[in-house]
Amino acid sequence: MSTTDVTPYRSGEERIDVTQRVQTLPAPPDQELLTLNMGPHHPATHGVLRLLVTLEAEVVRDLKPLIGYVHTGIEKTAEDKSYWKAIPVVERMDYLAYYFNAMAFCGATETLLDVEVPRRAQYLRVIHMELNRIMSHLVWLGTSMLDLGAVTVWWYCFRERETILDLFEQSSGQRMHTRYFQVGGVMEDIPAGFEGNLRKFLKKMPDAIDQYLDLLNRNEIALRRLRDTCPLDEQTLLDLGVTGPLLRASGNPWDLRKAMPYSSYEDFEFKIPVGTRGDNYDRFAVRMQEMKESVKIIEQAIDGLPEGPFITEDRKVALPPRHELATSMEALLHHFKLVTEGFRVPPGEVYYPIEGPRGEYGMFIRSDGSSKPARVHMRDPSFVNLQATEPMVRDAYIADLITTLAMMDPVLGGVDR
Amino acid sequence: MEIIKREKTGKEGDFRIRQLQARDMLRGDLEGDDLEQYVRDRVITTTLDRAANWARGNSLFPATFGLACCAIEMMSVVGARLDIARFGFEAFRASPRQADLLILSGRISIKMAPIVRRIYDQMLDPKYAIAMGACSSSMGVFNNYAIVPADKFMPVDVHVPGCPPRPEALMYGILKLRSMVHADPSLGWRERYDAERTVEVLPAEGEELLRRETAVNALIPEDTAGA
Repeated sequence: MSTTDVTPYRSGEERIDVTQRVQTLPAPPDQELLTLNMGPHHPATHGVLRLLVTLEAEVVRDLKPLIGYVHTGIEKTAEDKSYWKAIPVVERMDYLAYYFNAMAFCGATETLLDVEVPRRAQYLRVIHMELNRIMSHLVWLGTSMLDLGAVTVWWYCFRERETILDLFEQSSGQRMHTRYFQVGGVMEDIPAGFEGNLRKFLKKMPDAIDQYLDLLNRNEIALRRLRDTCPLDEQTLLDLGVTGPLLRASGNPWDLRKAMPYSSYEDFEFKIPVGTRGDNYDRFAVRMQEMKESVKIIEQAIDGLPEGPFITEDRKVALPPRHELATSMEALLHHFKLVTEGFRVPPGEVYYPIEGPRGEYGMFIRSDGSSKPARVHMRDPSFVNLQATEPMVRDAYIADLITTLAMMDPVLGGVDR
Repeated sequence: MEIIKREKTGKEGDFRIRQLQARDMLRGDLEGDDLEQYVRDRVITTTLDRAANWARGNSLFPATFGLACCAIEMMSVVGARLDIARFGFEAFRASPRQADLLILSGRISIKMAPIVRRIYDQMLDPKYAIAMGACSSSMGVFNNYAIVPADKFMPVDVHVPGCPPRPEALMYGILKLRSMVHADPSLGWRERYDAERTVEVLPAEGEELLRRETAVNALIPEDTAGA
């Protein structure tokens, strides 16, 4: 084909009408407009987000997020691996919510396989996911306050984060990207001593959250930058598909843990913190209260942790225990089959949404009956929430843009995947 | 087997002469053995290059540049548990102009690679780079169409393995880099890697930019406009 020929893909792309998407400015500007490039290397963009900001003096008139700077092809790579080997790559999508990525993937696969997850495994999953939620919010709090100039909080947040990562390390051997969740349960039971360390942490954490709040709730600079800046109403957020703390800050108590309980969340008593005004302060306050609620959930889960197996007994899905390999020929066959080919999944499609630290993590898997997924797609909340930046910061000061971006907490690994 | 101890003559003699000269400079209240002990306790002789490298190695400014997962672990190096400030690496600089260490913390996509290279080019010599984690060293677990290993487009001094590496591992990598800086007197990475004329610019303006960059590296003050 010569270079002048237009490929079908190209012609299809050119037929798309983009005029609808070009936003015009509401009023003729008083001052000359300045288009400013922020990122992808910018310390306040929390990763490699690039923003094209149109400014009239200090006021943001238009904003375009440009993404794709950490596109890793994770979905495509996951389609190349058998189901249980895809978990590590899927975990690396939103790198602050690795347990949630794994949970969405395992949950979707379990739904397709129709595998029953033992209750002990469900509780262990809840414990780790809620620890992960606290950890993610701690990183959010530390880095976003760093953007606002409140540097001290960062050290306090990372102090508690290290404690959580020690717990992760104890249960799985890794600090980040633990691959603790398996299809059918969890990789291993929690070791001796984990419970004691966890209880120590749970005792300390509510006080630690109060410490952060003491540092910030009486800090006039932080309050002035947060209060009444860049609010967005509930309806616009719903129209844009925004979920998680951003939506709850505007007063909508939508939380999948309550709305569509999964992994035994119906067993636990917890509240859903909501805001009233939907400004940056509400976004901040909602997350702070969420950490306290997570502590409550973990307490209930560790108190009521049921006895029993930590992974399904279905040998077609889960690896047989090590000691069986020495005595049972059947176990050896199952082990060989699982490690070489992996398990086959009946054909079908599934969408499995869970509530993560940033909103709805939904894993879509289409199976063609083989041992590898035909299509893996993550509905990542960071990606969807990023759309709301422009309506939030339009006609606000550029300093408020930094605050809003910090309070939005996008993780670019999740946006670009 | 017999162990033959080599006679320490030449070098110690040099050192002895310098010590005596230092004693002459300090001659005052102390005399004889007291003065000898005083000088031995307090005077270290070295070369200017070594002293400069010692200072440089203990005060590298990393660039604030996070790419992906590893960036979070890079941040915890600064935290209270590991406290990289012990070694003088805690001053993260937002502008590449002020930084002299680029930590590639995470996966570098094809779209990001030119930007990373530009940031590295914007840094002033002497500059160093650490590839943190499996992705920036060898494409890691992904190993697919989207990722580029850092060695393909820029020189890397230290590779830190792991996915992501523990903060202790990054710390170890940084200390390795420190001992490299202490030992290697050469200024820029082009000399270290024998990579002259690898400035990544358009052909038309290449000569001009190369001249300017050479001027910066050779510290010619009147030719550094725009750099």
